[in-house]
Amino acid sequence: MSTMIREGAAPMPRPWHRYSARERLARFAAWLVAVAVIAWSATTLDIYWPFVLDAPEQVADLAGRMVPPDWPFFLQIIDPMVETLNIATLGTILGAVLSVPVALMAAQNTTPNQTTLWLARVIVVGSRSVNELVWALIFAVVFGPGATAGMVAIGVSSVGFISKLIAEGIEEIDDGQVDAINATGAGRGQVLIYGVLPQVMPTIIGVLTFRWDINIRQSSIIGLVGAGGIGITLSNQMDSFAWDNVSVILIAIFAVVMASEWVSAALRRRVT
Amino acid sequence: MSAPATVSPRRWRRPPVIATPWLRWVAVAGVIAYLAFAVVDLEFDYARFVRGVPRGVDMVVSMFPPDFSRWDLLLGGLLESLQMAFFATAIGVVVSIPIAVGAAANVAPKWLYAVCRGYIGVSRTFPEVLIAIFFVKAFGFGAFAGVLTLVIASTGFVGKLLAEEIEAIDPGQVEAMRATGAGPLGVLLFGVAPQVMPRYIGLVIYRLDINLRESTILGIVGAGGIGAVLYNSFARYEYDFSLAILLAIIAVVLVAEWFSGFVRARTK
Amino acid sequence: MLEIDNLTKTYADGLQALRGCSLTVPGAEVVAVIGPSGAGKSTFIRCINRLVTPTGGSIRLDGTELTALGERGLRGVRRHIGMIFQEYNLIERLTVMENVLAGRLGAVSFMQALLRRFPQADVDRAFELLARVGLEGYENSRADALSGGQRQRVGIARALMQEPRLLLVDEPTSSLDPKVARSILALICELASELGIPALINIHDVGLALRFARRVIGLSAGEIVFDGAPAEVDEAALSRIYGADDWRDAFRQEGEEDRHVAGEGMAS
Repeated sequence: MSTMIREGAAPMPRPWHRYSARERLARFAAWLVAVAVIAWSATTLDIYWPFVLDAPEQVADLAGRMVPPDWPFFLQIIDPMVETLNIATLGTILGAVLSVPVALMAAQNTTPNQTTLWLARVIVVGSRSVNELVWALIFAVVFGPGATAGMVAIGVSSVGFISKLIAEGIEEIDDGQVDAINATGAGRGQVLIYGVLPQVMPTIIGVLTFRWDINIRQSSIIGLVGAGGIGITLSNQMDSFAWDNVSVILIAIFAVVMASEWVSAALRRRVT
Repeated sequence: MSAPATVSPRRWRRPPVIATPWLRWVAVAGVIAYLAFAVVDLEFDYARFVRGVPRGVDMVVSMFPPDFSRWDLLLGGLLESLQMAFFATAIGVVVSIPIAVGAAANVAPKWLYAVCRGYIGVSRTFPEVLIAIFFVKAFGFGAFAGVLTLVIASTGFVGKLLAEEIEAIDPGQVEAMRATGAGPLGVLLFGVAPQVMPRYIGLVIYRLDINLRESTILGIVGAGGIGAVLYNSFARYEYDFSLAILLAIIAVVLVAEWFSGFVRARTK
Repeated sequence: MLEIDNLTKTYADGLQALRGCSLTVPGAEVVAVIGPSGAGKSTFIRCINRLVTPTGGSIRLDGTELTALGERGLRGVRRHIGMIFQEYNLIERLTVMENVLAGRLGAVSFMQALLRRFPQADVDRAFELLARVGLEGYENSRADALSGGQRQRVGIARALMQEPRLLLVDEPTSSLDPKVARSILALICELASELGIPALINIHDVGLALRFARRVIGLSAGEIVFDGAPAEVDEAALSRIYGADDWRDAFRQEGEEDRHVAGEGMAS
């Protein structure tokens, strides 16, 4: 052991550092930038600090007004909750249908040419970068407030997510299986449904159930900008300070979101 | 290959996903019935939908060219969003650490585990916007409600994923630390922390990415940042300004995504 | 009758896989193509049904020039060329029956393929072929539930389903253990002679090649360096094909070329 340590070692004491000088400089710079950015943010943010000190009291006050929940109010939110679920489901289906061409164009190995590849990428980025709430805002203007706007908003905002993940799934398929179908003299469409689709099927089902789960969450809030669902009810109850009703709505949303998460995970487990 | 003359042709159908016939029909009927109900319940008004199409076209037309003339308003909102995201991430990822430790079954006592998992469950289930609107009602309009929202969402997110990482660590290294006589804090610092550090840094950057995205829309419900400017532009039908804001938001989101990917690739 | 004249292939990265290969297979005969790894065996066989696009030269099957065909014409010719792959290349998540029926894709419509409604005559023939390759009763098993030898039998049935005028066989036994490999190769040769069609078999196992083939082609560095009966394959011929030193070891390794071959497949 001791000979191993001596081997090649200089006779003078060797300092030990975890990182080289250059690495240490880079890490120091990164820390410095991070601290500066945080300090700048903290000091220039328009926050009224007395409110902050007051915060625990305010929250406690609000919480106090939320209990006990007004349980009978539950009967009045069944319809909007069902509408929320419907918006999420139909929106996911709409998103899935719109994603078929986009995903095929966004995958390197199925896209017809470079133009379609870029078009698909622009669609994916646009759909993903614009938040659901903003899509809801836009479609509430276009179709008027209501569930239709919500469904279209959920659908359009799902396209980027669904297409991107399915396109990645298409890019990962085994080329050999596609070769074999090509070798039989199958047409382009047949190669897609026979050689590509079965391989991507688990991805498709996984992505769609996952997105459905996300969409249930999203469709519970798009009502805040008038696009249907429980969000409208929530907004109304908050505006009229009916906090005991608000807590019923929150409990309902919590239960539905938990249930959908469980259903979506169960569906994903079954597909192999 | 001369075929043996079969008596009747053997039919073949692809085996159905659900083998039991009645169960299959119930499932198919159930799905169709639900979808029919959903479409009806949505009160999908075809006439309104058709009327909406030209309105959508009008809207797109009036969006162009994007109007950047009120860049000061835009920049002000954008900076506030960035500040909210940075500040909230800084606080959130620090607060996440004790929560994650508490929510890791292999290091935390049972009662603490239950408390931390409960908190994580609640904070992850509710969408950010819902938490935001709640805080807006509690503290009034402004960045504070937004920061608080993002802090809560960050602790739920980082707390859960970091806890999973802690639960997956190599127990041998922890035992080795215990064997040296280290106390609980020593075990955490030298036995656990080095193992989860790369993942933690990745989560911090990932969450910063998400917070930057979210901070741009929380203003729609009054929780500070550029979202308020965007909402107002819609309310005033100033769609060319809306497009300018949207383009700015997309730029921020893309830069955040690029930065997040860049840092995570470098720290691997 | 298959006539190949001065076939060349240069990959995009400059690799010269084939440097002017000429070969005529007049009628029903089993031709084994042997050669060291990277000699161009896979490229050679894939140029014939244009899974790899040749750079130059000509390929004629029963008088039809294959290199000049457009997409539609190529499909028409591929319908009559059966191919059997080293990794079987079955659609793993589909049933055995669907995989065998895939051999008829060139002859049925898109909708028939989508709904798996193949003509009854095709289904009958598929059942016959499954019985012939020893997989009776397996029609509803999923391909990924079968053993390697069984999968290759499905691959054979799929190729024969095409009623091929030529069989291309790419390393049919490399992924199988020796005993199964022999039975698979025997089956392929037997079926080829039953149907009276030529078969071109890439094979790295010289022993198997000599035992089953009627004619042996030796490929080295993209050139045909040997063409003769199995009896003529002596030490001199082998060292010409595999290089002077230690040719016994040389044909144990495979795979260099696969990367190139896989890259081209999707394009066509």
